[in-house]
Amino acid sequence: MVATGKEMQIDREKARRNERIKRRLKKAISNKTNRVNRSKTGDALIFIVLAGFGLFSILPLWLVIANAFKPLNELLIYPPTFIVRNPTLDNFNMLFSLITNTWVPLSRYAFNTIFMTVAGTFGRVIVCSLAAYPLAKHKFPGHKAIFQLILVALMFNSIVADVVNYWTMSKLGWLDTYLAIIIPAFADSYGFFLMRQFMTQMPDSVIESAKLDGAGEFRIYWSIMMPNMKPAWLTLSIFAVQSLWNNTGSTYIYKEQLKTLTYAIQQITSGGMVRQGAAAAVRLIMMSVPIIFFIISQSKIIETMSSSGMKE
Amino acid sequence: MQTSIKLNQAINNKPRFSAKFKETLKQMKEYKLSYLMITPFMLIFMVFTVIPVAASLLLGMMYYNVLELPRWVGWDNYVRLFINDDLFQIALVNTLKMALIIGPVGYLMCLLFAWIVNELPPKLKPLMTLVFYAPSIAGAAEIWRLMFSGDIYGYWNSFLLRFGFIDEPVQWLKDTRYMMTCVILVQLWMSLGTSFLQLRAGFNTLDKQYFEAAAVDGVNNRWQELWYVTLPLMAPHLWLAAVLQVTSSFGVGDVANALCGFPSTGYAVHTITAHLKDYSSTRFERGYAAAISTVLFIISYGANKLAQAIIRKVGK
Repeated sequence: MVATGKEMQIDREKARRNERIKRRLKKAISNKTNRVNRSKTGDALIFIVLAGFGLFSILPLWLVIANAFKPLNELLIYPPTFIVRNPTLDNFNMLFSLITNTWVPLSRYAFNTIFMTVAGTFGRVIVCSLAAYPLAKHKFPGHKAIFQLILVALMFNSIVADVVNYWTMSKLGWLDTYLAIIIPAFADSYGFFLMRQFMTQMPDSVIESAKLDGAGEFRIYWSIMMPNMKPAWLTLSIFAVQSLWNNTGSTYIYKEQLKTLTYAIQQITSGGMVRQGAAAAVRLIMMSVPIIFFIISQSKIIETMSSSGMKE
Repeated sequence: MQTSIKLNQAINNKPRFSAKFKETLKQMKEYKLSYLMITPFMLIFMVFTVIPVAASLLLGMMYYNVLELPRWVGWDNYVRLFINDDLFQIALVNTLKMALIIGPVGYLMCLLFAWIVNELPPKLKPLMTLVFYAPSIAGAAEIWRLMFSGDIYGYWNSFLLRFGFIDEPVQWLKDTRYMMTCVILVQLWMSLGTSFLQLRAGFNTLDKQYFEAAAVDGVNNRWQELWYVTLPLMAPHLWLAAVLQVTSSFGVGDVANALCGFPSTGYAVHTITAHLKDYSSTRFERGYAAAISTVLFIISYGANKLAQAIIRKVGK
């Protein structure tokens, strides 16, 4: 008698629990977003953190934008402000006078930066994807060891190699040439890694059927893998642009004519308060390039990176 | 009886080994196109990454000043680094301090904000991702010089003065008491970079059904869900993001230079990378610089391994 009572109680509890879960799931599905286990307090807390850190994140960048459009008297005003009262293009005009009046015109720095970025990015996409394809899809002897070696390279900063690289560059005669910046940028281990992880997802059957149709490995790489890897090579090029665009080139390049925009900015900023506006104007132009690229390609980047997780 | 079996094995092993070798050779020939395809990458990778690290080990044992031929000095460079070079010890301590904060705190920030962004309605996601990610790609650390400027025109000074927290402007970037904090703050501002995107993408891969199943199994709130369901599912992404974050946290130095100049007041924000650059491109003591690189390599690699060991414990 007692036993059946207990059983009944358990049954009732089970039924109640099932009912509760059903209700919760129904709610979750009707909301269409992932809303299981979400409380109002938690939402509020998250909003506060988001707003606070969002402000911290964006305020300095806003200051760059504001300063670029401030006239000189507003730049020197006390107390300093985050708003522009009379926006002007003076600072950009000052830049143009810097372009025409300096020994090495600013346009030359701009060309150097653009050239190194474009060439380095293009090469990186080709070289990394060409290596990623066999390492993702072919089981040749040594493929595991090579992959592990490239992983280790993710674990230290490239500056570690600089001392010896300087010697290598001088022996190759690459000091004070674009090659010193562009060529090493081709073999980027993180870029390779993203590409390889993305390619692993490509079904083997597609490659097999292409082989049956008589396609060679290079043909498979170029006409089958690459067109399907658009998100991956877009991601790769964004990261390449980001790193090359901001490079100073200072370690291997001493000739003024071959220096980059970042270097020029450092020179302009060191010109003191009066140059502040012009410095903000160059920085605004500089930073808008990678940011615009990122805005355009964000969804592709996330898609590529989603596939790139790695088990040890 | 046993010895004879062992003997048999020994005899049998030899031909098996050479057969295996032949098999490998045959396979290598079969895959010759694969090797051809990885050649450009491997060539550049070996010449500019692998060999330099290995060669630094050797060069670190030599005295080499570019003008004369390198001379073997054994452990002298390392002895000098750890015993005689006071500046290196300052740099080492500073770098470890920075990395210890920027690495873990930066990583947790990446994780927190990737998670929060993932909780947002779909329309807000790209916008907030951009807001958090932008500082890391803008390369605009120098704008903080205006924030922390030492006169009354500095934003932080003017704010504190107006509300009466301080009576006279503080030299944020020249006073050794505040420099480290300022540099770390700016580093953290820039730290929602590739790791953040990586984790953001990791959250993206998760399937809704796991969370429904977890709710049935008794997960009651979002914090439990995060620890027991979300993070273990994201393990691969956690790993990769940690590698990126830890590695970049040891590359600090540029921000410190941009903010406080080089050399900074009292070397308060002197870093290993700054020390390395100083010896390799200003003083041309390349052997000594190679020893510094080797130390940096070992620390960075070790920290990565440590971080991975910690991450393995997530959700357990």
